[in-house]
Amino acid sequence: MIVKDVVEKLNLEIFSAPEGVDRVVTGGYTSDLLSDVMGHAREGQIWITLQTHKNIMAVATLKDLAAIILVKGFKPESDTLEASLAEGIPVLGSDLEAFELSGELFNILK
Amino acid sequence: MIKADLHIHTILSPCGDIEMTPSFIVKRAKEKGLNLIAITDHNSTRQCEEVVRIGRREGVEVLCGAEITTKEEVHVIALVDYTVRNLLQEWIDVYLPKIPNNEDYFGYQLVVNEYEEVLYQEPNLLISALNRSLDQTEEFVHSIGGLFIPAHIDKPQNSLISQLGFVPPGLRAEALELSRKSDLPGLIGSCGWLKDYCFLHSSDAHYPSDFGDVFTAFDVEKPNIESLKDALKNNKVML
Repeated sequence: MIVKDVVEKLNLEIFSAPEGVDRVVTGGYTSDLLSDVMGHAREGQIWITLQTHKNIMAVATLKDLAAIILVKGFKPESDTLEASLAEGIPVLGSDLEAFELSGELFNILK
Repeated sequence: MIKADLHIHTILSPCGDIEMTPSFIVKRAKEKGLNLIAITDHNSTRQCEEVVRIGRREGVEVLCGAEITTKEEVHVIALVDYTVRNLLQEWIDVYLPKIPNNEDYFGYQLVVNEYEEVLYQEPNLLISALNRSLDQTEEFVHSIGGLFIPAHIDKPQNSLISQLGFVPPGLRAEALELSRKSDLPGLIGSCGWLKDYCFLHSSDAHYPSDFGDVFTAFDVEKPNIESLKDALKNNKVML
């Protein structure tokens, strides 16, 4: 599955880096502590979070994550968007809460 | 040289011990030779004024501030000039969620005077996070001439590093506060840009036993906010 499939199935908004929707998705990780994501997320996962600070892009790049999904209608900060464009890793958005969105992502990936 | 402890909680903080009263704090600071202390309750400046008043009489310089919880749940020390403390309080009041405190669980959030008479009881829970990001908080604190000092940056909870993974390059902070068990060479090794910052040790005291022995020495003459700004700007920190 690629990011584009996830965007369509979960009805996500694409905030930035639409060219990154061809990235391959190998799984998901849900966490709001960036230190935890740095330690435990794995390459190719989609990361679900409510954090919007630009450091999320550095972590996504470091771990080579497929994309980031912001929950509850949160919007990325402007410098987060710039970093997303520079790295080509999409920042996506959903109005769902992390619990619901994680459940939906789990269902389409299993 | 002055000895400063720039992160102290009082009885007002929900996790602050009942013995952390204004009189006790000034008395202990004086006994321990701390020339400069900062009152930094969670998301409130309301206890500062009384500690300043007692401190002036007893010869202990007291700074007003708060330990702000940002939207990312990062704890940051904001220290401001006495004359603008109300601007900081008004800003906090706008952005602190109105979640009632549960006294049975968190204890009473009290402002008390020198005689331990209750002047004010804070109804809203002070440990929740303000609806302001780290960057928005930095901008506001600097807009009123304050000092912006991320607290215990290497702690596993509520720190810049736990919440945001690492110290964002280019962060406009006058200093970074280290936890008691800090490994500064290790930190600088993992984030090279940290070598340009001033580092502080503060007590983060919530209980009497935490308070008095942890401080940062500064190579300045007068214990006041202007000297502190000078010390941080020109790295006169004796860590």
